[in-house]
Amino acid sequence: MKQKLEIWVFGDYRNYFQNRVTLQLIGKAVELAKEIKATVCAVVIGHELDEWIGEYIAHGARRVYVVEDPVLKEYDAATYAFLTARLAEVHKPDILLVGATSFGREFAPRVAKRLKTGLTADCVGLAIDQDSLLVQTAPSFGGNLLADIVTPKQRPQMATVRPGIFREIPHNYEAKGKIIRMPLPIDLSSRRLRLRKSERQPHQSKKLEDAAIVICSGRGIGSRKKFNNLYELAGLTDAEVGATRPLVYAGWAGHDSLVGQAGKIIRPKILFSFGVSGAIQHTAAVNDAEFIIAVNKNPKATMMKMADVAIVADAGQVCSALIRELKKRIR
Amino acid sequence: MEMVVCIKQVPMVSELPWDPATGTLKRDLAEGMMNPACRHALEAALQLKARHGGRITALTMGPPMAEEVLRQALALGADQGFLISDPAMAGSDTFVTSFILATAVKKYCPNFDLVLCGCYTTDSETAQVGPQLAEELDLPAAAFVEEIAKKKNCLIVKRLSDGFIETLEMDLPGLVTVSTRHYAPRYFSLAGIEDAFPDAAPIRTLSAVDLGLERGSIGVQASPTRIVNVYTSRTEKQNVILRGAPKQIVEELLDRFGDRIGGAMGKDIEK
Repeated sequence: MKQKLEIWVFGDYRNYFQNRVTLQLIGKAVELAKEIKATVCAVVIGHELDEWIGEYIAHGARRVYVVEDPVLKEYDAATYAFLTARLAEVHKPDILLVGATSFGREFAPRVAKRLKTGLTADCVGLAIDQDSLLVQTAPSFGGNLLADIVTPKQRPQMATVRPGIFREIPHNYEAKGKIIRMPLPIDLSSRRLRLRKSERQPHQSKKLEDAAIVICSGRGIGSRKKFNNLYELAGLTDAEVGATRPLVYAGWAGHDSLVGQAGKIIRPKILFSFGVSGAIQHTAAVNDAEFIIAVNKNPKATMMKMADVAIVADAGQVCSALIRELKKRIR
Repeated sequence: MEMVVCIKQVPMVSELPWDPATGTLKRDLAEGMMNPACRHALEAALQLKARHGGRITALTMGPPMAEEVLRQALALGADQGFLISDPAMAGSDTFVTSFILATAVKKYCPNFDLVLCGCYTTDSETAQVGPQLAEELDLPAAAFVEEIAKKKNCLIVKRLSDGFIETLEMDLPGLVTVSTRHYAPRYFSLAGIEDAFPDAAPIRTLSAVDLGLERGSIGVQASPTRIVNVYTSRTEKQNVILRGAPKQIVEELLDRFGDRIGGAMGKDIEK
């Protein structure tokens, strides 16, 4: 008799309370499992894991594969990949989902390589098609293009999934799950990559991410003096000031102000965009702004096309005019 | 230190030629550039070379025009370049791409100490080739690295990983993927590139035959993943366009959208 299919979710429990992606994936897996009549399973690797095993069962996993040993207490992509691949070789899951955290995006490619299977990165959608294949929707070009990708033959079908896309199922601590433990297959005490120090990143100012209004500037603002004028506008509107990469490189703004894929991702209610042409690394990071007002001499700039209000004019002059007008009108 | 830097040519992203009929990207028309994270990886290699000596091999896979990014790498200070280019490789996913790159590294740069890759590319954004290349070459690896220092036969690397600042010690040979935070790449002028190599640049083109790769092991047919559909995520907005003198523009802006802006500020803006 053919065994029941399994959908596996990798248990990425570091930052458990901030990072809910594992629970979100278990929630999605429960949905997908109905369509292909599969069992939802979690994989947990590390040391002192009882809390996470319990959480994953409470949130929907019916089976948990566990590799637990003091030697595994630190997150290590290569070791965890080796062990996950071992587990998968034995139990042959149909689908393996991993949260697209920094760790997940390093770990999952190594697992896929070991299992000689396909992997789709940073998915924003998952569905089952008429052939019972997992359709994985992945963004490219900074979210401007979406691609639906399948792995027709190799198993498991693997995807890393962006945090915040799917919903976790509320916990039920009455839920029961089966725990399957695998002993360490080999001695893992000597490593070629050794963690020497790990410290929590000091609390970062989330001002740009949390601001209701953000004023972003690109090279088109024209000069450092005009760029500095934006701070006056920011003061008037209770806004935060962000910058594109060329301005950060030029030293006009610090790296903390960089709005882009390598910097801050923002979702303000209002985005003022001054002299930004709209390189993809930047537009990807402002895509979720609710209302965009862009100023640029070039009406064809990508940022102008994205904007709700596109102002075809000199960015520095509009900034000055806006400061004068707001001083008159703000009560 | 013998270093291999894997670089990729990606479409110049600010001016993507879209096909309005299908809503897809006309990739063949897009102008190419060196992927930004790959420039950071190259910069990291150049700084290691300046401090510890050694050689840098730039390696790329792509269509013939990808030779441009090798020339740029040479103009910046790489010592030699390999262009892996073969129509049979078209459509290779990360699984196959990492296999092909690994084959080239083993055959043409077997004595490397360090492989550097950009942490991700701006086109497909998978961040998968570096870690998969490490598996192929059986190397210790660290992804999304921000700072690299050499200490005896080890590398000390720093990175930010899910809210933790990690310091790792890695045996060599090893592999790193370099983030775009720390190593600000040096600039080069286009004229400089031409001047640097008037005649024969130390670039070699490698085909599947050169690499001893069978057709069944490369390209789209060997790739586990299949792209079944590509579409745009955004329909172009019907936006309001304002032109004219700055004073008139801001008056109109505040007349029409003052409520919305004031609402976000928590203040009233007079009409």
